Amino acid sequence: MSEVSAAAAAPPVPVKKSESRSLSFHYGSFQALKSISMPIYEKKVTALIGPSGCGKSTYLRCFNRMHDLYPGNRYEGQIMLYPDNTNVLNPGVDPIEVRMRISMVFQKPNPFPKSIYENVAYGLRVRGERKRAMIDEKVEDALRGAALWDEVKGRLNELAFNLSGGQQQRLCIARALATEPEILLFDEPTSALDPIATASIEQLIAELKEKITILIVTHNMQQAARVSDYTAYMYIGELIEFDATDTIFIKPKNKQTEDYITGRFG
Amino acid sequence: MTSISRVDRIAALPETIVSDRLARRKLRNVQERLIEFVLFLAALVSVATTIGIVLILLKESYDFFQVISLWDFLTDTQWTPLFSDAHYGIRPLLAGTLVSSTVALLVAIPLGTIIAIYLSEFAPFAVREVAKPFLELLGGIPTIVYGYFALLFVTPLLQLIFPELPGFNLLSAGLVMGIMIIPYVSSVSEDAMRAVPMSLREGSYAMGATRFQTAIRVVTPAAFSGIAAAYILGISRAVGETMILAVAAGMQPNLTWNPMEPAATITAYIVQVALGDLPHGSIGYQTIFAAGLTLALMTLLFNVLGHLLRKRYRQAY
Amino acid sequence: MSDATAVKIRKIRALIVRHKRWDVIFGIIGVMSLMIGVLTFVALFLDMVIDGAPRLTWDFLTSFPSRKPGQAGILSAWVGSTMVMIVTAATAIPLGVGAGIYLEEYAPRNWVTDLIEINVTNLAGVPSIVYGLLALGLFVYQFGLGQSVLTAGLTLALLILPVIIVATREAIRSIPAAIREGAYALGATKWQTTAHHIIPYSMPGILTGVIIGLARAIGETAPIITVGALTFIAFLPEAPIKSEPPFVSFEWLMSGFTVMPIQMFNWTSRPEAAFQLNAAAAGVILLIMTLSMNALAIYVRYRLRKSIKW
Repeated sequence: MSEVSAAAAAPPVPVKKSESRSLSFHYGSFQALKSISMPIYEKKVTALIGPSGCGKSTYLRCFNRMHDLYPGNRYEGQIMLYPDNTNVLNPGVDPIEVRMRISMVFQKPNPFPKSIYENVAYGLRVRGERKRAMIDEKVEDALRGAALWDEVKGRLNELAFNLSGGQQQRLCIARALATEPEILLFDEPTSALDPIATASIEQLIAELKEKITILIVTHNMQQAARVSDYTAYMYIGELIEFDATDTIFIKPKNKQTEDYITGRFG
Repeated sequence: MTSISRVDRIAALPETIVSDRLARRKLRNVQERLIEFVLFLAALVSVATTIGIVLILLKESYDFFQVISLWDFLTDTQWTPLFSDAHYGIRPLLAGTLVSSTVALLVAIPLGTIIAIYLSEFAPFAVREVAKPFLELLGGIPTIVYGYFALLFVTPLLQLIFPELPGFNLLSAGLVMGIMIIPYVSSVSEDAMRAVPMSLREGSYAMGATRFQTAIRVVTPAAFSGIAAAYILGISRAVGETMILAVAAGMQPNLTWNPMEPAATITAYIVQVALGDLPHGSIGYQTIFAAGLTLALMTLLFNVLGHLLRKRYRQAY
Repeated sequence: MSDATAVKIRKIRALIVRHKRWDVIFGIIGVMSLMIGVLTFVALFLDMVIDGAPRLTWDFLTSFPSRKPGQAGILSAWVGSTMVMIVTAATAIPLGVGAGIYLEEYAPRNWVTDLIEINVTNLAGVPSIVYGLLALGLFVYQFGLGQSVLTAGLTLALLILPVIIVATREAIRSIPAAIREGAYALGATKWQTTAHHIIPYSMPGILTGVIIGLARAIGETAPIITVGALTFIAFLPEAPIKSEPPFVSFEWLMSGFTVMPIQMFNWTSRPEAAFQLNAAAAGVILLIMTLSMNALAIYVRYRLRKSIKW
């Protein structure tokens, strides 16, 4: 009996959805990331924090091969995706394939100049989905998942530009959700939003993690503390410390981490 | 003794310097004002030009419309001002302009848009750097040279396919005009597409879209008003073109919708009259101003439309 | 679990292959569209050169037009073009650059300035033949300038004015405010700043606009044809430089004349094939002139972009 209760009491072992292995990145001749090895646990929120210029956005954008869009960049190392053991950074892997499995929400909301419906449906259409009924269903699911459905259900054909900043960002989240990605990347998603919109997005992230793995970059430490399960502290391209959020914020192992958290710099 | 004269001298010194400076500054102010005025006059020349155009077109047309009714002008189906049985219907000239412009735009709009999308979203840097100057050169070829080309190369070539094609026809002229207009359409469209911010493209690529999907589904719709402005510019250019049509389409007014016939456009008609010898003040002389007024009104309409559209896309980003 | 993922990945890969095909197809369509332009250009150039090059003899360049095609030349045409260009340049450059400077450096934000700007934009879109009508009605008759070199030069100057104004404005606009502020801080007046700093620094940009404008003017036919440039001119306008006092003459300004594009137009319109060879020769000269001027402008712009880094 004690065994059963012991088993019930032990927390489930976190499963890795992805991890970076000795990931380095070069913008031309400048090395922005220095050999970062870090796990991303499934259905958990992992936050990346650190002062400006530490490379957290650069690290994030490696996951969906965004750097491929610009010339002169070079990846080193691997980003593994489980359970199929695909290396995302392998030149033989098409970036489009990666982006169909890993979606991104950007810092500044960037809805397309289309209707609300068409924005959310974009990912589906790009995938060749044509059945109207199927698209309708997924659009609604995505908008509900982004806590936007009630606000827009009567005006799906209106231009997305007419929404407020917070609504636009939630629209972008819905757009990213519609294709049921395996990992959702957030690049400072609330830095362009007011506090109320920020709060609603943070709540959304807390709900989303039940279904999907999340990696979020934030310049706001308190946000990381509120929202994430794991936190990584980066400084000038290096990973200084990675641990459960509670550990990082209450008893960090590294002095540099502690200095940043307590506001001694940054 | 010396101290007094020194004081005198010192007292005198600052005044001379100050009053000198003041005098110079006043002169400089006058000079500045004069220069500004001269430059202002230079800028006013453009206003004077417009006023001149408006005045002369209206004046001669007014005299024309004293004799010929506006109704006849707009509805008569013959334009034969120089015949003894003179008719003054603008329709044949309008038809010629319309047909040739349509042929030209059927060439310029698709090709110009495709080239713009290709250069903006697909082409490698080296291709762009060569293609853009090349297109500029294409647009800089004198229209009389294009006219020669249409008459003496394109028409015989087309006659191999269509043996009944007459030596003067709207088709050759229209096709060559279309090629001439491509650079106008493509450069304005491309500017509009490059103005679309990268964040929109990143959003599309992040969704797993290919380059083609991003270009067609996101960038082109986003640049829509700029592209529309480009089309309008093309239309305006086609309607106003003179020499290609005067040389290759013939100068005989002909009310037809068939491009494989010779016909005169508004512009070609004006050339025909100018080549002849019409006494100043005669009704024949005035017809070219009436025709010119029609042309000016049409292009004015297109230009205003294009301007508004271009303002819209510049504001959007 | 891994099976489902494997299936999903397979589906994604098949989808990507299908969709990327369109990337390739459109790339091909794009290049082909460009090729249509290139082919037209090459065909036009070759057609002209093959027909016209044999006629480009010294005689051709130094003879007057004639009823006999073999003896016809373009002397009066190219001399006329040169003279008209002198008038055009002398008028359009000061007026255009002056207007550009005024609009960028001096003009206050009021309705007068707006009016001027609207006019410049509008005039850029007016068909060239309308300028010809303006010239005919106003310059030839109203002002009594007659069908002369002066009229033609002024008309073309008005035609290319918007080009020069816009080029000047853009060149001036690209000069950073810091330079201007530096000059003013040292006590320079507005005109001193403009003359000593703004104009020199915007020279390349202005030059580009001037070259493009003049290239356009050389090839224009429509605005001058209405002025009644006669096409059978067997004389040259009076030379501007004379060997006796007062050494400079302005007679040439009021003289009848012809220009290259009109001579070409005249020959093209003749049914005899021999005249068309002459037209081709004239066309070759026109092409070389306008293409090299445009190429020069492009080169100047390219060097400007490379060298000046504010």
